[in-house]
Amino acid sequence: MNYLLRGIGVVAAVGVFSLLAFSLPSGDAHGDGGGNVLPRTANKAWQQECASCHIAYSPAFLPKASWRRLMSGLDQHFGENASLDPATQADILRFLEANAADSGTSRMGSRVMQSMGVSAAPLRITDTRWFVRKHDEVSQATWSRKSIGSAANCAACHRQAEQGVFDEDTVRIPKQ
Amino acid sequence: MIKPLLYGGLAVLGMASAMAKADSPASLMAQYAQQAGVPVSGLSASRGATLYRTEHPGRDGQAVSCAGCHTANPAQAGRSRVGKRIEPLAPAANPQRFTDAAKVEKWFRRNCQDVLQRECSAQEKGDFIAWLSQAR
Ligand code: HEC
Ligand code: HEC
Ligand code: HEC
Repeated sequence: MNYLLRGIGVVAAVGVFSLLAFSLPSGDAHGDGGGNVLPRTANKAWQQECASCHIAYSPAFLPKASWRRLMSGLDQHFGENASLDPATQADILRFLEANAADSGTSRMGSRVMQSMGVSAAPLRITDTRWFVRKHDEVSQATWSRKSIGSAANCAACHRQAEQGVFDEDTVRIPKQ
Repeated sequence: MIKPLLYGGLAVLGMASAMAKADSPASLMAQYAQQAGVPVSGLSASRGATLYRTEHPGRDGQAVSCAGCHTANPAQAGRSRVGKRIEPLAPAANPQRFTDAAKVEKWFRRNCQDVLQRECSAQEKGDFIAWLSQAR
């Protein structure tokens, strides 16, 4: 009985693995809008796994080295456990690297890189010099408003952040 | 003895997700009861409610609980630490809940670690679903 179940387990595991291994391609970029609109990128695992607790932050906001660091510490992800199985983790990292700020696939990424040291690998988008400069008109008191809570809560102000749109027309800072 | 049983349990969960067979709160309760070695009637909604509400000291000294993110009323939408909306956890309010064994296992693993600093037992998982199933 137990051996039978174990056998079934192996078959199931192989099935799942081959599904993951062959569910290519890992995502591509199309067009770059005006520069404040991110290229539409897609990767199923990324959308499924990186958008439950916050928006799926665009790969173009951080360099490859940052994504490698971040993806290798998911069990202690900013104080939360966001761990994944190794196959999914590898799939997502491939996608992030292919579309990272230093991959040359978006104008937004190039701008992020302009103010980044060559060997810098920040874990937070909100710590990058690029982010700080873009948000210098937002006061400390505003960041800590209840409806915002954290600078990482992009969607609180950028109403179309989920769609990768960060232009002026779609920004609205909540009043409290 | 324990190991083969464990593999057996994983195999059942693995099968369920590989075949995308529809899991349900009832089928998951049955699975967890079986793993815990109790009849389904041995699962307790009130113990589940206690697990949901009890506050534990968090890493930064702040109290954490399941209710902290999922709100006092699980039929209502909650909020993640970053501020993103979390759809209600109670199946009565959100029929998608507890219909995917792999997803349920993943979040029990993460959230129990975060809140209790350990994994939840099969009994606790069963109790938890028993309680949410009757929450309106
Ligand atoms: C279990 C919840 C959870 C999951 C799942 C999760 N994250 Fe996070 N993430 C957080 C929390 C909490 C923070 C810290 C936010 C804050 O400080 O307000 C965070 C922050 C981040 C930041 C930094 C944001 C900033 O401040 O600039 C990045 C980048 C990030 N996550 C990427 C990811 C990626 C990539 C994935 C998918 C592999 C992922 N996250 C999955 C909870 C999660
Ligand atoms: C408190 C509200 C708030 C939050 C939260 C916030 N932003 Fe912004 N953001 C703004 C404001 C205000 C501007 C300036 C708009 C302007 O004048 O163009 C801005 C500008 C930007 C720009 C530049 C657009 C341009 O015209 O060049 C980008 C890109 C951006 N934000 C990305 C993000 C990302 C990514 C996050 C989350 C990690 C985030 N923002 C979180 C308020 C916010
Ligand atoms: C830090 C915030 C947070 C805390 C604390 C938390 N959860 Fe969650 N939980 C989430 C998020 C985010 C999701 C996934 C988002 C979604 O599916 O809508 C989730 C999903 C789940 C799911 C998946 C259900 C399904 O079928 O979709 C279960 C089970 C769960 N949580 C159990 C718990 C338990 C048990 C506790 C307490 C020990 C707990 N959670 C505490 C944030 C939290």
